[in-house]
Amino acid sequence: MASADDLAFHEFEEATNLLAETPDAATTSRSDQLTPQGHVAVAVGSGGSYGAEDEVEEESDKAALLQEKQQQQPGFWTFSYYQSFFDVDTSQVLNRIKGSLLPRPGHNFVRHHLRNRPDLYGPFWICATLAFVLAVTGNLTLVLAQRRDPSIHYSPQFHKVTVAGISIYCYAWLVPLALWGFLRWRKGVRERMGPYTFLETVCVYGYSLFVFIPMVVLWLIPVPWLQWLFGALALGLSATGLVFTLWPVVREDTRLVAMVLLSAVVLLHALLAVGCKLYFFQSLPPENVAPPPQITSLPSNIPLPPTLPQSMAPS
Amino acid sequence: MAEAEESPGDPGTASSRPLMRDLKAVGKKFMHVLYPRKSNTLLRDWDLWGPLILCVTLALMLQRDSVDSEKDGGPQFAEVFVIVWFGAVTITLNSKLLGGNISFFQSLCVLGYCILPLTVAMLICRLVLLADPGPVNFMVRLFVVIVMFAWSIVASTAFLADSQPPNRRALAVYPVFLFYFVISWMILTFTPQ
Repeated sequence: MASADDLAFHEFEEATNLLAETPDAATTSRSDQLTPQGHVAVAVGSGGSYGAEDEVEEESDKAALLQEKQQQQPGFWTFSYYQSFFDVDTSQVLNRIKGSLLPRPGHNFVRHHLRNRPDLYGPFWICATLAFVLAVTGNLTLVLAQRRDPSIHYSPQFHKVTVAGISIYCYAWLVPLALWGFLRWRKGVRERMGPYTFLETVCVYGYSLFVFIPMVVLWLIPVPWLQWLFGALALGLSATGLVFTLWPVVREDTRLVAMVLLSAVVLLHALLAVGCKLYFFQSLPPENVAPPPQITSLPSNIPLPPTLPQSMAPS
Repeated sequence: MAEAEESPGDPGTASSRPLMRDLKAVGKKFMHVLYPRKSNTLLRDWDLWGPLILCVTLALMLQRDSVDSEKDGGPQFAEVFVIVWFGAVTITLNSKLLGGNISFFQSLCVLGYCILPLTVAMLICRLVLLADPGPVNFMVRLFVVIVMFAWSIVASTAFLADSQPPNRRALAVYPVFLFYFVISWMILTFTPQ
């Protein structure tokens, strides 16, 4: 429980004092904007918010101070705590995605786009989309390969969905955790800029994975050098965004630590991209990547399986 | 669900009356999904029997029947079940976290009932697969699945879109799109052994 408090109240020590005084209260700052609590069927402890109203009045000046910091953190056991991480509009999400696609040297993703209001919608659904797109395009590659060479055995390979999901989510959550832990450990060396919160790090990583989605779709084109080119481009964009975001935090540290950290981040990202390519797109045997005219010459000297004319017909 | 009404005069029909009523309620909701209009029936009297029937039917039809290809085959019964229910719960949580004013079970009910067009697509695909395999076969199946996928999306957004504030509607609808896309993909790649 203490670690969750550290994560949530990293910058808001007053909020911890507030909750320490009223441990049963589920304080919400913008209750008029939130949906009526009566509709919340999943809430844990949402009933506590009704009992806290007189205490909220007493601490209204403290609440006003916290309002200036634009977020009042309710307890992590309440539904509205998690609702604060989904407080984004469609235009904001699209803006953040655009910011991750086009990294610029001066613009720190966290300060410029997130503006210290990280959301969990982007990372979660980008990871989900990437996992499913990986599985679907990997399957499609197998289908297209089988049309060119019927000797490849086609199967839906549904277990790849599970593998894709687990690996993407582990990457997008465990690597930011390690990075955040490492940056906090080195906090003493820095004077000027504090480290990012855990959620901001998760946000940065989540949005940086967005560029892999079009890359994976473009990997359907079965030309290997083009696939590696797309992979390198996407990896470059994504890793550049990460480096530009991390550079202001890391540059006050010793040179060695900075270089090691940044190269570790880029290396892990590259490992993810290469791992995806090799695991989900490995179905093409090297000799079948040759252009079609060489394959159509095969039927003359090999006994045809019955499906061959039908699969050759559309090409 | 509806309680059993005990009628002391005729014990034979006491248990069948609420059963018929429930079945009629489920059937009425199926009609509402097939012809989506702005009506509150699905939301007001939610039930989870329809989604359960549809999910079990879909999972039974999708599971691979041969035991030899353990790793490489299509989804197992449990995998389809988990995807449908876990996906529906995740979308509902997402919708509520974004600030939608629909209740948890109402949203599950809508998402579950709107799988009906895709279940119909699965039935049609299984029938089409009894004919000769080939590109025409595939084209017919692709067309059917695309039409039913669009139907599912239209039906579910007709019920769900109004519950979100307008500046977040796309954020709430996109996961629904992803959900039905994955189910459509499972239906399209189904190959009987």
